Amino acid sequence: MADENGKQTEMESRPWHQTVTLLLVSLRLAALVATSTAAGLMAFNKETKTVTVAVVGTNPILQSFTAAFQQTPAFVYFVLANAIASLYNLLVMLLRPCLKNRGRQVLVHLLDMVVFALVVTGAAAAASMAELGKNGNKYARWNPICDRFEAFCIRGGVALVAAFIGAVLLLLMNALSVVGLTCKNVTSNNN
Amino acid sequence: MRLFKCRVPIAAPCSITKMVKSFRVLYLLLRLLAAAAALSAAIVMATSHDSTTLLGITLEAKFQYNPAFEFLVIANGIGFCYSLIALFIPSSLLSRLVIMFDVIIAMLLTAAIAAAGAMAQLGKNGNTHAGWLPVCDQVPNFCDHAMGAMICALVGVVTYLLIVLYDVHMLLSPKLLP
Repeated sequence: MADENGKQTEMESRPWHQTVTLLLVSLRLAALVATSTAAGLMAFNKETKTVTVAVVGTNPILQSFTAAFQQTPAFVYFVLANAIASLYNLLVMLLRPCLKNRGRQVLVHLLDMVVFALVVTGAAAAASMAELGKNGNKYARWNPICDRFEAFCIRGGVALVAAFIGAVLLLLMNALSVVGLTCKNVTSNNN
Repeated sequence: MRLFKCRVPIAAPCSITKMVKSFRVLYLLLRLLAAAAALSAAIVMATSHDSTTLLGITLEAKFQYNPAFEFLVIANGIGFCYSLIALFIPSSLLSRLVIMFDVIIAMLLTAAIAAAGAMAQLGKNGNTHAGWLPVCDQVPNFCDHAMGAMICALVGVVTYLLIVLYDVHMLLSPKLLP
């Protein structure tokens, strides 16, 4: 590898640079796990409750109420955003040998920011819906639903926590890749 | 620390070239636009208020009655203050800190508008499965105000996106970093 800045600069930065790369890969793996957990948990979030609404003679009339993630657009967006984020992270990790080019690394960094924004917006929208489902809004006459559909709310809450953890990991990854990109100027000019 | 001591070859001469100057002007204009958009979003949402009487019951709509709208007001207030502060920071050692905070504040604003958007969609269409009725027919002024505030916040978000892109560009070509 040709270096125009003197050998000692390269050798000074190399172990630090390796640490940054290793940290980036591990953060990406952790973010992949977090976002895929969030997407999967929310996608399989469904609860059905059957109640007796009336009794005619001796026959009870049953009616079933379902709570599913498809009923709320915010949750649909949440599942989609986390699915896209986990697929993107998986793709980047699988294609790592092809991404040694500096131009491609800048592209990956920009796409990282886009995916981070996706996850953050999905988590924010789902969190506002979840807060409404738990506490309701008495001014708008919207009743909470979590007292009736407990399992739905618990699963949704765990998915939300996983998405927030994924968002924090993606933020750290963004900051670290900025550091990795700027100090790469010293070690490799044309890689 | 090792992080900020990377020796980068500086190819540009000592005096600021014309291109760098115009970039600086553009950067300042973007920050002013972001500050204005955030301030207008916060003010428009904070002044939204409507009430109606339905069958003897008064239905009142204020932004404080909804946590997502409160978050929008607070986040845009924080964005406005930060934009003003970032305008007046002497661009020397704190450049990298400003860049980090730019990303954080941009994400704060995007999260705020996402949450407010979810609430607004619910207020307009309701949710039949949960038994939640839409409220925008009863309080149309409030809904219009909220829509205006969200449009301003969206302009602020797009401006912050441009600011973050400019920051990344500045980091990757060190000649532009003061």
